[in-house]
Amino acid sequence: MNAQPAAAPTLVGYNYAYLDEQTKRMIRRTMLKAIAIPGYQVPFGSREMPIPYGWGTGGIQLTASLIGNDDVFKCIDQGADDTTNAVSIRAFFAKVAGVATTEDTEAATIIQSRHRKPEHALREGQIMIYQVPQPDPLRRYEARETETRAMHAYREYALPYVGLYESYARLGRQASGAGHPVLTNDRYVMTPSPIPSFDNPKLDNCPALQLFGAGREKRIYAVPPYTSVVSLHLDGKPFETQRWGGACELCGSTESYLDEVVTDDEGGRMYVCSDTHFCAKRREAGEAALAGGQDQ
Amino acid sequence: MIGNEILLEARGVTVRYGLTVACDNVSLDLRAGEVLGIVGESGSGKTSLLTSLSGRLRPASGEVLFDVGGQGLTDVYGLSEPERRRVRREEWGFVHQNPRDGLRLRISAGGNIVEPLLMCGERHYDTMRGEALEWLSRVELDVARVDQRPSQFSGGMQQRVQIARALAHQPRLVFMDEPTGGLDVSVQARLLDLLRGLVRELGLAVMVVTHDLAVARLLADRLMVMKNGRVVEAGLTDQVLDDPQDAYTQLLVSAAM
Amino acid sequence: MSDNVSLRITGLAKTFTLHNQGSAVIPVFGGLELDVFPGECVVLAGRSGVGKSTLMRAIYANYRTSAGHVLVRHRGEMVDLATVAPQQVVDVRRVTLGHVGQFLRVIPRVPALGIVMEPLLANGWSREDAEARAKALLTRLNLPEALWSLPPATFSGGEQQRVNIARGFAFRYPIMLLDEPTASLDPANRDIVVELIHEALADGVAMVGIFHDVDVRERVATRDFVISAFAAQTPVEVEAA
Repeated sequence: MNAQPAAAPTLVGYNYAYLDEQTKRMIRRTMLKAIAIPGYQVPFGSREMPIPYGWGTGGIQLTASLIGNDDVFKCIDQGADDTTNAVSIRAFFAKVAGVATTEDTEAATIIQSRHRKPEHALREGQIMIYQVPQPDPLRRYEARETETRAMHAYREYALPYVGLYESYARLGRQASGAGHPVLTNDRYVMTPSPIPSFDNPKLDNCPALQLFGAGREKRIYAVPPYTSVVSLHLDGKPFETQRWGGACELCGSTESYLDEVVTDDEGGRMYVCSDTHFCAKRREAGEAALAGGQDQ
Repeated sequence: MIGNEILLEARGVTVRYGLTVACDNVSLDLRAGEVLGIVGESGSGKTSLLTSLSGRLRPASGEVLFDVGGQGLTDVYGLSEPERRRVRREEWGFVHQNPRDGLRLRISAGGNIVEPLLMCGERHYDTMRGEALEWLSRVELDVARVDQRPSQFSGGMQQRVQIARALAHQPRLVFMDEPTGGLDVSVQARLLDLLRGLVRELGLAVMVVTHDLAVARLLADRLMVMKNGRVVEAGLTDQVLDDPQDAYTQLLVSAAM
Repeated sequence: MSDNVSLRITGLAKTFTLHNQGSAVIPVFGGLELDVFPGECVVLAGRSGVGKSTLMRAIYANYRTSAGHVLVRHRGEMVDLATVAPQQVVDVRRVTLGHVGQFLRVIPRVPALGIVMEPLLANGWSREDAEARAKALLTRLNLPEALWSLPPATFSGGEQQRVNIARGFAFRYPIMLLDEPTASLDPANRDIVVELIHEALADGVAMVGIFHDVDVRERVATRDFVISAFAAQTPVEVEAA
């Protein structure tokens, strides 16, 4: 995609975006396979990265293989741009690739995320990269790789439904707060990574390219733009998303995913948008509207 | 009642592990409603035979034929891998000697029972839940334990869950490998009684491998005695046990308590 | 066959070969011929050890025969139990050929009532009808009601035998084999068994029986069939072990 740029402020001794070009090619080839078979987990040669496995090495490798001088990079962790990991990864790419970074979802070309999809709808041309701990939705119940490969290959998908049965049987409700399995392109059952069920509907028919990387488990999978992604459910038990009683206490949104924040030692808590940029933008717009004499 | 149609047939099945011959040229047939017992000591080849007949080990020579989907006898190993898996999943049941081999310990007893139903296409929660409860009571387990994991059950209880799981999807043919082996004698007796009742009630075709002649006498209509990979005697259970013809069978029967 | 014979034995021979006792060959009987017709009770006679029980078991296909045929009228056809497939034997035993032995084969945990009901259920009787018939028989045989729902494992010999008899007579088999059915019964219950036998014979059942008790024998026998001591025609070959 991009050859070594001449004027980018890269670290001495490291290739552009940290990975060598052959590795990037290998990863891009894997991505192409993944895009050709939506939802199918493609094995790849996951590299040693400057952070341990389990901290987003899959997502970082995907970003590193795609990023170029013209890109604008956004990184979030649980929806927030300002948590430690998000800040670190953003700084990492600024250092090794010299790219512009942003917190603005609309301005970004590549968005790397752990555990959430931004509230703001994505557009064509954007790339959404998810960090994935366990790429196989069947692994929780079936430890044997030989078996899960056969199950995916032959569409033997009883197990994810067993998981749904279990949650209704043991808890009386759909318990998958995050990582609720989905059927992609009407063929492969996939885990959407540990994003909240709330975010599942956003994956369906999305104009952006969605890539999923698991560094420790060495798998990449993809949902190409405008691909169907349907959350699994049992007959008589439709898929549900989270609901909160109230609104975000900062911006008043009733449509975003809310975090519960503990405010004091007496059990005080407040609910605020998990997507920090979305919330900030709404507050700005709200202030502007107030300044212009409108109620929010 | 034993039907007329042959459900499962083995023709000259020879199973090898490398150069070792585990089963040598074994032929048999099984009809709906019949229980066939395969008895022999360790090393007789009975387990290898069962593994091969249940589609999990291709024989070195010979054929294994099953009435797939009621369409007539079909070579099990001539099917593609996904077709063979489908037959094993939808038309067969398997009870392992060790219940841990036949259960998913990380999901509840109820979950273990509904999985075969899901594999056969059931998606309705209430229906599955009802089936799970009914099967638990059929295998005489406390239905209040439906949501507990089998890892919290005793061996005999785990075996009951396995039996329920093996039968829940109403298979036409059930394979059993020492279904009561490894359990306390009193637990064995109760389990055998349960199996006997279920087999008769559901009219199952069953192939049961055992080294225990008491199990064979209680469950099987017909017996095959194996020694060193060969069938040395076959016939009605009471014939083989009360009037053994072969030297080895006579030894086996006289040695049994 | 133009006659209505129920059971026909021709050229029946039985020899045991005990491979693990120096390959001893033990001939029991040979060349037996016997016809049994509906409504008659043929009593096997001969001294103890001559092979009466062996013959009974050979007819029931519990023992294999060395030679000859055991023809039974089953579903209108004559079926040779000595040569027919095992599945057919199972069918014959379910529908046509009943057997009452000296001992009840005790199946763990099945209550007495269930044991008696089994042959009826196997023949398609409804649970209600089977239960009613079983209860009637057990009542007639003086088995206390308290025992009906218990497995017979803890019963006395006489109580177990009464369950055995009830099971044997519950379903009307056209042919019955009775091997010392009144052993371990007191005189009152022996009388009931004799009644059951008479009723069955009146219904056209063909019977073969072994009765140690002279009194019972005389009351039920239509005729005797004597098995004489079997003399081997040729020297017995002892095989190398």
